[in-house]
Amino acid sequence: MKSCYRPLLCLLAVSLAANPVFAEELNGTLKKVKESGSITMGIRESSYPLSYLDDKQQPIGYHIDVCNKIVAAVKEKLQLAALKVQHQPVTSQNRIPLVSNGTVDLECGSTTNNEARQKQVSFVDTTFVTNVRMAVKKNSGIKGLDQLDGKPVATTSGTTSVQLMRGHEKGKKINFKEVYGKDHADSFLLLETDRAVAFVMDDNLLAGLIATSKNPKDYEVVGEVLNVEPIAVMVRKDDPQFKKLADDAVKGMMKSGELQKLYTKWFMSPIPPKNISMNFPMSEKLKELIKNPSDAPAEAYNKKQ
Amino acid sequence: MNYHWNWGIYLEQIKGGEETYLSWLMTGLGWTVSVSLCSWVIALFLGFLIGTLRTAPTRWGARLCTAYVELFRNIPLLVQMFLWFFVVPELLPRNLSLWVKQEMPAKEFVTATVCLGLFTSARIAEQVRAGIQSLPRGQSHAGLAMGFTLPQTYRYVLLPMAFRIILPPLTSEFMNIFKNSSVAFAIGVLELTFQARQMQEDSEQGIETYLAVTLLYFICAYSANRGMSWLEKRTRIPGYIAAEK
Repeated sequence: MKSCYRPLLCLLAVSLAANPVFAEELNGTLKKVKESGSITMGIRESSYPLSYLDDKQQPIGYHIDVCNKIVAAVKEKLQLAALKVQHQPVTSQNRIPLVSNGTVDLECGSTTNNEARQKQVSFVDTTFVTNVRMAVKKNSGIKGLDQLDGKPVATTSGTTSVQLMRGHEKGKKINFKEVYGKDHADSFLLLETDRAVAFVMDDNLLAGLIATSKNPKDYEVVGEVLNVEPIAVMVRKDDPQFKKLADDAVKGMMKSGELQKLYTKWFMSPIPPKNISMNFPMSEKLKELIKNPSDAPAEAYNKKQ
Repeated sequence: MNYHWNWGIYLEQIKGGEETYLSWLMTGLGWTVSVSLCSWVIALFLGFLIGTLRTAPTRWGARLCTAYVELFRNIPLLVQMFLWFFVVPELLPRNLSLWVKQEMPAKEFVTATVCLGLFTSARIAEQVRAGIQSLPRGQSHAGLAMGFTLPQTYRYVLLPMAFRIILPPLTSEFMNIFKNSSVAFAIGVLELTFQARQMQEDSEQGIETYLAVTLLYFICAYSANRGMSWLEKRTRIPGYIAAEK
């Protein structure tokens, strides 16, 4: 009888290795990744420093690093020997459709988590918080929105800032002359060439545009905060298994201090392509979120008093 | 596909405002139609002028007009928009430049209209030239022999016939101008494409948004088509090109 043991044990060992026993059955994204052996990350081409392309056209950035951690967690959970990571460039127009239709599994860009979007997609716990403020030329002497009455103010079409500006006008009974760029670089050009005296946008994007402009010393970010927006990695809706895995990976990074290190790497130190530091200290709001992770939408941060 | 449909979105209020998404789209439609019709006026006027001059016997005038046509035909419309909006004001004297950039009323609208008008005028000029040149040479000789001056020959003999010949390609051009006006969003005209991007960003109902916008562009272009077809029938002369029925 003794001789029977060994082949049986071997068989058992082999079958265990080939069919790892999962505590739960796989579904949704994890099942898809397991079956295809690949996962697709949605990346942005110029969302400094969250997600952009370096000079070799490879995606880099704070959220790319966060996503790589999530991918590593997926690989570990599925016990895959190899997991192919594909990169799909996305824009603010197509990122949500591409996540919903399954082209992209994990969107690692600069997407605001808000209620309207939560109808279509889900968000991993917030990993960055942006404040909507304005960039001005230092020599203009502008310090607040109230000084902008009757003046041309730029923002980028197809962004939440357009509505914020209109809302602020109504609230304060002041009148901007809104001018619109088709993307952030165009809007910054409007400010640079004096077509606008201020550019209203997410403060981290403004800091990035200023840092990479011709004369970074000529500009500053000023004024009151028009809106607080949680920025997060985006995943498909109704896929709690994958979301929990991603959330746990992010929470783990927050607890171990790894996320703070990544923040310092991307926001406080010189980064490619120009080796300029964004010099953008972590906000109190994000510090709070690292202590108490949350995937609440923007609306929760901007409750009307 | 995991899409949350919402066909009632058009009548929903935008976030933090009283307007509905439909009213956004209607504002956009208004600007699209205004930009298109105003540029059409510019394009027709300049197109007929330049197309005619290209066939006139004045050699340097014809060369100048050829240069004009080639200039506006060979540069992409989007690049022309940027040239007019970002580059041209920088060439003006400092004070005028600042005025154009900051104070000029409806500067995006004016820039887009002029740009689209000139772009289209080059195309119309080519059609007008082709129309005039398709007429038998005897026509202009006959006009001149009747004692008409050259301008009169053009006014009473050549242009009325050329106009009828080129009505079908002009119809396409009129439809194109509505579609090409969508490029104006790039310099910040609040037209249909601009509002579509805004609505999709705000509502996250991209499919519903772009379906509505598609329909509105279709209605514009198709109305242009029907209008021109009516004009074609109205101006038809029995016995002259395809005037049976």
